[in-house]
Amino acid sequence: MADPLRFHYKVDGSNFTSAGEASVEVKKKLRQLGFSPETIRKVSIAMYEGEINMVIHARGGDADVFVYPDRIEIVLADTGPGIADVDLAMQEGYSTAPDNIRTLGFGAGMGLPNMKRNSDSMRIDSTVGVGTTIYMTILV
Amino acid sequence: MTIRTISELLDAEVLCCHERLDTDVSDACGSDMMSDVLAHVKDQAVLLTGLVNTQVIRTAMMMDMHCVVFVRGKLPSSEIISLAENNSIVVMASPHRMYEACGLLYTHGLSSKENVHG
Repeated sequence: MADPLRFHYKVDGSNFTSAGEASVEVKKKLRQLGFSPETIRKVSIAMYEGEINMVIHARGGDADVFVYPDRIEIVLADTGPGIADVDLAMQEGYSTAPDNIRTLGFGAGMGLPNMKRNSDSMRIDSTVGVGTTIYMTILV
Repeated sequence: MTIRTISELLDAEVLCCHERLDTDVSDACGSDMMSDVLAHVKDQAVLLTGLVNTQVIRTAMMMDMHCVVFVRGKLPSSEIISLAENNSIVVMASPHRMYEACGLLYTHGLSSKENVHG
């Protein structure tokens, strides 16, 4: 199979205002490549929530998007505090975000469940004190 | 309902993308939590919110929305307006509170089409 198209982004963890810029770029690229609006929406939401999480919890990180003819893979890697209990973090409404994040419109404990809902598969590799890598696949 | 009608019903000041005021929209949602918008909204073209930051516009972009209404007389910064303008999203500011603004649009026929846990 041909090599996938790969897009790489540095997610700036120090700037909440710019969070989401990588997702916007990916959305534009997928639109240029002719993917369906439904596929683009799923990728956009999953990646945007992930990007926001990286800024809120992990001082940023790296986002890679691999575009295959039949699927889009998103890999979000950070060296943040890690997730102590992944099952708990996946529950809707559970959040460890500080209160000031809620005043910015996020931190309601919807991010990870929403990423899963918009993905066909999602895997979380996390080690406390080391970091978290999230793999999401969206089938085309 | 056109975006122009929304601005009239809400006594709102349109802050960018005036050329898109005749766009027709049929659904709207109101929330200050962008997480909820991202999780539960589907195909709504208009977002009413009391939250004012750049992530409101980015959330609207992710959801392919056409218009953002800032309620309670809140005025977005020029940075927020230019982000919206560059992405063809109409931004307006209404003096009405969230409850009133949503009620006005709803009673004039703008539906919610809420996507309950899809």
